[in-house]
Order: sequence, then structure tokens, then C-alpha cells
Amino acid sequence: MSEHDHAHDEHDEGEHHDLPVAARVRRLEERLIAAGLATDEEIDAYLGKLYASASPVNGARMAARAWTDPGYRELLLSDGNAAAAELGFHDLSYQLRVVPNTPDTHNVIVCTLCSCYPVSLLGPSPGWYKSFAYRSRTVREPRSVLAEFGVALPEDVRISVWDSTSEARYMVLPVRPAGTAGMTVEELAGLVTLNGLIGTALI
Amino acid sequence: MSYAAGDRVRARAGDPDHHTRLPRYVRGQAGDVVARLGDWVLPDASVAGLATTEPCYAVRFAAADLFGSGDHTVTVDLWESYLERA
Repeated sequence: MSEHDHAHDEHDEGEHHDLPVAARVRRLEERLIAAGLATDEEIDAYLGKLYASASPVNGARMAARAWTDPGYRELLLSDGNAAAAELGFHDLSYQLRVVPNTPDTHNVIVCTLCSCYPVSLLGPSPGWYKSFAYRSRTVREPRSVLAEFGVALPEDVRISVWDSTSEARYMVLPVRPAGTAGMTVEELAGLVTLNGLIGTALI
Repeated sequence: MSYAAGDRVRARAGDPDHHTRLPRYVRGQAGDVVARLGDWVLPDASVAGLATTEPCYAVRFAAADLFGSGDHTVTVDLWESYLERA
């Protein structure tokens, strides 16, 4: 077992990594190809294009811009797709909804039915995001789940869970950390983590 | 029947015999519409090869209603035919 697998186990207790997911995906691809719905080359080209530019750096740039530009923050919260396009992320295949953390409210994203997630802005989703444990427990006991991620929220901070079941995909706008007044937008973007954009970390 | 932010709605309780994106844990529960998201193809129709579109809403539920405990909320995106007025 690699180091990666060990890290992975911490959050899904070993119930996900050894599932024959890759084999299942491959069988699905074979069915699509056999049915004439897609070719191997088309599937590879699509995935290559999707993952070539998909990175949490994209979401981080949007968050940092929102921290430094009130007009952009307003746009980000009212029309996520327009805000993404302004930074060059055009033609998202979903409606982007950005939910802002505040001193009173902490947001966290989950997809209980599968693993919906804004891949183009956050990069490939972490293994734990797709685990049964995260998906089932986050809606029921988010405070405990967040504590396991090391996020200890004061009791009076309300938790708002977003279960992404449709064409809308969610991203959290973290609270700008204290002591960053002198930082440039690029420096600020460097502080924003993937988990911060999912809501399983504070920045 | 269409809904607007602030409307009190209830997710349908039935257990359909086809694909749906209405999660089991909200079925039969009442919540508040927080936004109308857009008109999108209903997944239940899509699997039957139909391109029926419906308004989809973000609906906020209290965890205490869903699970009997918890002080958080869970907001779920639900198509119009998943809902009835509460």
C-alpha cells in the first residue's frame, strides 16, 4: 500500500479505495463504444480537455479576487458563471453557485447521490469527496465531519450544507484570513486550498 | 405550480420505481425555497429518453426535521415535480 493510500484511508476508512471502480468505468466505456455512442478516442479527448485546465488554482484565483474587489465579489455571488468567465473560465457545463462563509455561517459542499462538483474550477475531486462516509455523514453530522478534517467551529457558527443534486455545482468562498491586508491578489490566491473551496478547511 | 423564494414546500414522499434525483432523506419533509435555479431536463424523464424540462429550486431543510437532531441546514436542489406546496 502506498503512502497515498494511507492518507486516503484516514477519511474513508478503507471502504472506497479497493472498490473495482476503474474496472466498472472501463466496462461502461466498453458499452458506450459497443453501442456506437462514443469512440475510445472521443472519450480520451474529452477527458484530456477536461483535466488539462481543471485545477483548484482556478477557484483560488476567483476567491482571492473576490476578497480584494467588492464588485467582483458581488458578481461571484449573484452570477458565478459570469464571474468565472471574467477570469477566463468560459462555458462551464453547469450553473456555478458560490456560497460565502461569514463569521456567522460556515458552508460545506457534498453530493449525496454521486459526486457532483465543479471540476473545471476545483480540479479532480478528492477520493474522500466520493466516499460513502463523506456523502452520507456530511448532511447528517457536518460538525463531526468537519472536526475530523481539523475544522473546529465555535458552537454559535451555523453550518449550511449544500447537497448538489442537479445541474448546479457549488463552491465555497472562504473568509479572508486576518493579517493579509498587505498581500497581493496573487499572494492571496496562494493561500486558498481545495478543501477551503469545498468547505472542509478554513483559510 | 411554480414556486418562489420563501415558499414553504414539501418533497414528495413516494418511492418511484424509476431513476430520480430526489434523495430519500428529504422525502416527505418540508423546507423553504431559497432560489429558483433554472429550467433543466428532469432526470426522471431523461432516462426515458425524454427532454422534459422543469424549474429546479434550491430548497433548504432543517436538520432537526430530517434527522431528529442537529442545528444545521441542508439545501438540496429539487425539480418542481418533486415538490408540493406545504
